[in-house]
Amino acid sequence: MAPNIGSKVILDRSGLDRLIADLRGRGYRVIGPVLADSAVIYDEIQSAADLPAGCRDDSEAGTYRLDQTGEPWLFGYTLGVQGWKRHLYPPRQRLFRAERGERGFRLLDDQEVEAPLALLGVRACELAAIQVLDGVFDHEGFTEPGYLRRRQNAFIVAVECGHAAATCFCASADTGPAVGQGYDLRLNEIAGQGNWLFVAEAGSEKGLAVLAELPSRPASPDQIAAAAAQPQQAASQQSRQLKDDAARVLAVSTESPYWDKVAERCLTCGNCTMVCPTCFCTSVEDVTDLAGDIAERWRRWDSCFTLDYSYIHGGNVRSKAASRYRQWITHKLATWHHQFGRSGCVGCGRCIAWCPVGIDITAEVRALADAERGR
Amino acid sequence: MAQPKKPKLAVWKFSSCDGCQLSLLDCEMELLAISEAVDIAYFLEATRRVKKGPYDISLVEGSITTAHDAERIKEVRRLSGTLITIGACATAGGIQALRNFKDVKGFIDRVYAHPEFIDTLSTSTAIADHVPVDFELRGCPINKAQLLELINATLNGRKPNVPRHAECVECKTQGTTCVVVAKGEPCLGPVVQAGCGNLCPQHGRGCYGCFGPMESPNTAALAARFAALGLDRRDIERQFRSYNANAPAFREESEAHDQPSRS
Ligand code: SF4
Ligand code: SF4
Ligand code: SF4
Ligand code: SF4
Repeated sequence: MAPNIGSKVILDRSGLDRLIADLRGRGYRVIGPVLADSAVIYDEIQSAADLPAGCRDDSEAGTYRLDQTGEPWLFGYTLGVQGWKRHLYPPRQRLFRAERGERGFRLLDDQEVEAPLALLGVRACELAAIQVLDGVFDHEGFTEPGYLRRRQNAFIVAVECGHAAATCFCASADTGPAVGQGYDLRLNEIAGQGNWLFVAEAGSEKGLAVLAELPSRPASPDQIAAAAAQPQQAASQQSRQLKDDAARVLAVSTESPYWDKVAERCLTCGNCTMVCPTCFCTSVEDVTDLAGDIAERWRRWDSCFTLDYSYIHGGNVRSKAASRYRQWITHKLATWHHQFGRSGCVGCGRCIAWCPVGIDITAEVRALADAERGR
Repeated sequence: MAQPKKPKLAVWKFSSCDGCQLSLLDCEMELLAISEAVDIAYFLEATRRVKKGPYDISLVEGSITTAHDAERIKEVRRLSGTLITIGACATAGGIQALRNFKDVKGFIDRVYAHPEFIDTLSTSTAIADHVPVDFELRGCPINKAQLLELINATLNGRKPNVPRHAECVECKTQGTTCVVVAKGEPCLGPVVQAGCGNLCPQHGRGCYGCFGPMESPNTAALAARFAALGLDRRDIERQFRSYNANAPAFREESEAHDQPSRS
């Protein structure tokens, strides 16, 4: 019996392999979790054999450790080091290339055609982050064609979390761990008898067309219940919380003396913004060949923590670390609401884990609130 | 129509190991393009044939360690249009600036059979401590791609794309996993200027700091993190005291962890 949108079916391990092969056959570049040195990252995969079997990560502020559990879970880790932003909005993008002609410069139309992306293993917080970026890159008539093209062509396979890292706080950010809308396929990896299975569900026509090609059977009530229990379990493991009134706290804290306290610890290294799946700031660089006959314009990830980023005519507007940290957290949690109608934080906890000195966005909001109350 | 005159380029050496000049020679194919675009008028490492100054662009390698050098750099400045210093020696005093923390006369007396023949200053200092410098290109040694970009930008009259932010940005751009977070290993990257091409972290090793302090280095916060990772005072002092030991931010941080004299 062919599945419908929303109906739950079982794929076994070979079914997952078939899924990857099928997506590749349809011309997608399949990006999924892989083990790279000491961490899980998202990179191109060829088959399920590339997935990080048995890997389980845990993170604390400024710390990430990956264990090999020996269990064959393929999606037992929580998150890759960097999110899907890396693939949908790469760190370096060439905007155009031009050649000097008789009269001025002539644009060269030689952009490489990119294969559409299939993203395998998208977590609830990550799907929310992609939706945040959708709002940024198609906003009040201003669009970012590269992102939107990659995004529209992408096939999203979400995999729900059965376990949260200590840095996760999607439950309080209201983005997870249950995967809501916007996926083509949703998977839950559950234990079967002596093996692991996937409860699969299509969320779009595109997803259904792919799922219908795979060998599947209807899921049993027990299997459906096991899948439904996973996000509940992951939510119950979360102890970090983002204060509900974070936006208000930041709005009244612009002149707080507490910013100097954060600045004592902050390295202004920019790691938090680079790993954040919603930070989108970039700089533009022009390069030439030695003779000055060929010019290229490149866009590269930048960060509100670098001095160049806030350099305007005549000087830098955020020379102190205190004002750079304030800019970051205030934009993320408060002014993002005014600009894009929602919070810029999806609660993935990456900025907490990958900050070399472990500065914790949830703890800083609490400390600001305390400082505000004490004044 | 006569060809516009090619700008004249000179390459100068002070106290240094020649590694940065070698980076220029290492440009190979691009070096041919450079020699088309400029007139290499003075570059003793490459050719003994020299043309008289003045020079439009001077690249200066090495630090100032003798009274003679301190005079010679003034002459180089006088002869140069744009003066660019290249490498940790020229921009911060180099590894030889370790002498700045010790008694140089004591070394000379111990090492040389005839100390009276040795005529040296007690410090090794950056070129910019002696004459005005138009651009400092960091690194021990400099990065070939950055050197080409700098020469290219200078010739085309545009701003060079040589960012002053942290090495961490290179890690994240390249997709390198952070060694501090994932392995608990010390890394100077957060206080070091990007530009090396992510050499060490890419191989799972913390940054040694070849490119010197980044634009707003919070060395005290990083030193506190090193201490939490188990480094003792002496380890921390040594982290900050290497190729860029005399760059002010690193100098101050290493001095804050200086062991009380053990003599
Ligand atoms: S601010 Fe931090 S927790 Fe929130 S989305 Fe960005 S990286 Fe994740
Ligand atoms: S923040 Fe939530 S959705 Fe994201 S990885 Fe953690 S548990 Fe999963
Ligand atoms: S908060 Fe952490 S990661 Fe972000 S700039 Fe400061 S030290 Fe770097
Ligand atoms: S490895 Fe070093 S340079 Fe790279 S992100 Fe970590 S602290 Fe920064």
